[in-house]
Amino acid sequence: MATPSAPAPKVNRLGLPILDYRGGKTTLCAGCGHNAISERIIDAMYEMGVQPERVMKLSGIGCSSKSPAYFLSRSHSFNSVHGRMPSVATGALLANKSMLGLGVSGDGDTASIGIGQFMHLMRRNLPLIYIIEDNGVYGLTKGQFSATADIGSRLKTGVANELPPIDTCSLAIELGATFVGRSFSGDKKQLLTMLKAAIAHKGTVMLDVISPCVTFNDHEGSTKSYKYMQEHEEAISEAGFVPSFEDIAVDYDPGTTYDVEMHDGSHLRLRKLHEDYDPTDRIHAVKSLMEAHARGEVLTGVFYVDPRKPSFTDMLNLVDQPLATLPQERTRPSRKVLDEIMAEHE
Amino acid sequence: MATINAGAPSAQGETAQVLSSSAKPIVNDFSLQVATVNGSGSQSANNVLLRSIFAMGIPVSGKNLFPSNIAGLPTWYTIRASKHGYVARKEDIDILIAMNPETAQEDIESLRPGSVAIYEEKLNLRQYRSDVICYEVPFDKITAEVCPDARLRKLVRNMVYVGVAAQLFSIDMATVEDSVRRQFSTKKKAAELNLNAVKAGYDFAANSLVKSDPYAVERLHLTDGKIIIDGNAACALGAMFAGVTVVTWYPITPSSSVVEQLIDYLKEYRVEEDGKASFAVVQAEDELAAIGMVLGAGWAGARSMTATSGPGISLMAEFAGLGYFAEIPGVIFDIQRVGPSTGLPTRTLQGDILSTAVLSHGDTRHVLLLPCSVKECFEFGIAAFDLTEQLQTPVFVLSDLDLGMNNWMSDKFDYPEKPIHRGKVLSAEDLNRLGGNWGRYRDVDGDGIPYRTLPGTDHPKAAYFTRGSGHNPDAKYTERADDYQNLMDRLAHKFETARTLVPEPQIVANGTSKVGIIAYGTSDYAVLESRDQLQKEYGVATDYLRIRAYPFAKEIHDFVASHDRVYIVEQNRDAQMLSLLKLDLPAKQTVKLRSILHYNGLPIDARSITNLFTQQEEL
Ligand SMILES: Cc1ncc(C[n+]2csc(CCOP(=O)(O)OP(=O)(O)O)c2C)c(N)n1
Ligand code: SF4
Ligand SMILES: [Mg+2]
Repeated sequence: MATPSAPAPKVNRLGLPILDYRGGKTTLCAGCGHNAISERIIDAMYEMGVQPERVMKLSGIGCSSKSPAYFLSRSHSFNSVHGRMPSVATGALLANKSMLGLGVSGDGDTASIGIGQFMHLMRRNLPLIYIIEDNGVYGLTKGQFSATADIGSRLKTGVANELPPIDTCSLAIELGATFVGRSFSGDKKQLLTMLKAAIAHKGTVMLDVISPCVTFNDHEGSTKSYKYMQEHEEAISEAGFVPSFEDIAVDYDPGTTYDVEMHDGSHLRLRKLHEDYDPTDRIHAVKSLMEAHARGEVLTGVFYVDPRKPSFTDMLNLVDQPLATLPQERTRPSRKVLDEIMAEHE
Repeated sequence: MATINAGAPSAQGETAQVLSSSAKPIVNDFSLQVATVNGSGSQSANNVLLRSIFAMGIPVSGKNLFPSNIAGLPTWYTIRASKHGYVARKEDIDILIAMNPETAQEDIESLRPGSVAIYEEKLNLRQYRSDVICYEVPFDKITAEVCPDARLRKLVRNMVYVGVAAQLFSIDMATVEDSVRRQFSTKKKAAELNLNAVKAGYDFAANSLVKSDPYAVERLHLTDGKIIIDGNAACALGAMFAGVTVVTWYPITPSSSVVEQLIDYLKEYRVEEDGKASFAVVQAEDELAAIGMVLGAGWAGARSMTATSGPGISLMAEFAGLGYFAEIPGVIFDIQRVGPSTGLPTRTLQGDILSTAVLSHGDTRHVLLLPCSVKECFEFGIAAFDLTEQLQTPVFVLSDLDLGMNNWMSDKFDYPEKPIHRGKVLSAEDLNRLGGNWGRYRDVDGDGIPYRTLPGTDHPKAAYFTRGSGHNPDAKYTERADDYQNLMDRLAHKFETARTLVPEPQIVANGTSKVGIIAYGTSDYAVLESRDQLQKEYGVATDYLRIRAYPFAKEIHDFVASHDRVYIVEQNRDAQMLSLLKLDLPAKQTVKLRSILHYNGLPIDARSITNLFTQQEEL
């Protein structure tokens, strides 16, 4: 007679428990927004049933860039140099375009030292999920302002920032990224939905996630604190996501909701919260961002999405098999070819 | 009309006899310089001259001395023909073709007495030199006659001097014709027009000039089966036959043509039947990105490369250190030019040796390959990709502008017989066999080289965390003193292994010489010629070792140990290779080292070496 066994652990569609998506124990400060983002990445990968071995994690330098050590330990990871994750990610995805690329950066890593590489990655529409864990300061070097800090935002010492912030979302939209949004590490539901849709997208996904630094930028006077976000977050739309492996049961009202069919057949449903919201119109998206900023709001949600534009690896027309594993027969031309070339130079 | 003002007052009285037309003919041994203006299209004419002499079987070299400018500044192209096979730059010019009015006076004034000048009649250059054999040619008039289209005359004019030179120096016209047709192979009309210009120049010389110089070309068979190619094309070919899959670059002279030519080759030979490419080429936003992409690709398993020059190397420093410390393959071609800073972008130097060997902060060491010839550009181009994956560290191929951008004669390249070596990579099956028990930075084989896995390896234990911060043998973060020191010691041990894997030096020794010469890269040609001068003129026999890679193979230590004095010949101010050798050699050996340096931006020549050698040896 069979003995009653303990209930089997919950597993995803690959049969993997969520444990298989976890990473090492975090060494970031307790309460750091970055930890919450790591949790959401774990949830999204688990719920989407992504094979962890099919993911490459890439990061620069900073507290944020350390975080890939704290999720998906069954995925290869590359913690590179400060501000230069985009180029490393580009090389890695060219070598193996069959992988899911996940880039993690900070606001310093991206908007200061790395702004050049950031812009060129957006411009290439490299198939990569690019997450900025944005706290308005350099956490790892103990709290100096970064280039996303708002005018008037104050450090703990009382020093106020005088230079205008770089809006990485407007930039990304202008430069050619094909999935651009902003979220907040404290907004579990929105962030998780956006991450799941990001996994389904082919092209550059740029998510700027406000992620408070509890140690250096969570005080009164900061515009990147939990409190400030709770008071000023303004969602432009409400996102719902139906993955390709689930039935689209729920109806939606086309008058109030955009239904975006993603590359893999899943659906991103964006319910308007703003009167004139249109996630397929870049000019409009940038205008909304600027207007919200002028109103003192932190606009969140998916601002722009184009699931059809060819990605960088598509444009290069690469062979189907990853370049990394091509056999010699396909990479070393024949003896005849060398003879031919030599004869041309005789 | 050829004129020899032998009677005119001259500072060099003894030259009169050289000038006499009865002087002994000098066959297949001269250097000819064409002075023109950048952007005037003289390159085709110069190529035709070079190719024609080559096709007549005479060893030949061509060196383009050009400004950092698109059009308008002076340019000199030197062709050296040498039955002895000497292809280094020669200090003296024997024949000048002065096509640039701006520099004509200076050009002729710099000639040695008894040399030859060909120039536009109107320039009347003989007023400056009575001791030079002058051939005056009405280039403008001849050009106008053969080229009705005034817009093309600037280009066609150059072909007239090809004809004049062919007639004066007995370059076979049928061969010249072949070379012209080859040069304009896809443009029939241009070929005809240019041929007419050559013939007009030839006819003019035959009818109106009186040969009064001793120089001549005679058919030999010393170039049979040989090719002419530039070093950058050879590097590109090496990379393609190495199976390169990811190429990144940011344009910079003199390295751009490595990638430009590689793109052409890859499009021709590496696009598969379905039209898809087995390679990716990215023009990056700068060299930081170029090397970042190389390392990202190398980490993920591609054979990746970039090509650059000094300023790019400087920018790559931080990433180079990451590649060394995190042990990531990638090939960097550095086509050296004159520094520091922007320096002289179109002149040559071996100026990046020291900084590249230790590129980046902390204790960093890099593998350098040092080709001296186009053939070695090809061979080291292939070897670099094997070595970088075998050793799991970036490998730098250090060529220079002289080698990279000039045409060189060479034996044909040999097809690589060794299969591609992808180094220590564990597959999912390997991991199964190991029960998943492996560590990315464990020294399992005792050679300092660990095993790696590639992203996408289908095994739950395949992944590891790559970082430029402290890591232990299992790739876990660590700041422990012993972990760090062990890691640095293993990397040093790996570098010792590299010593045995890199190309060994080439040695010419007679077993009795007490004096040795060490050189590397393009200094080789001048050293070979200088050793002959030393033997012939001073009766001094020298041994010679050519370094082909860093870290230094054991034979280099042995060579220094077995000689009393060793001269290191190099093309930089600071004796960079000598400094590197000093770091490597025991103290009692370093006192033997002397320096012979050349650093004026021009390729080194034999006479300079001979002079500096004999001075120091007090000969
Ligand atoms: C070339 C270089 N310059 C400076 C640093 C020092 N540094 C490390 S992290 C960092 C800023 C990180 O800020 P951010 O990207 O916002 O990450 P956070 O720590 O805030 O998550 C700086 C300046 C470095 N590592 N490398
Ligand atoms: S310093 Fe700030 S950013 Fe860094 S871990 Fe702590 S809370 Fe997070
Ligand atoms: Mg930050």
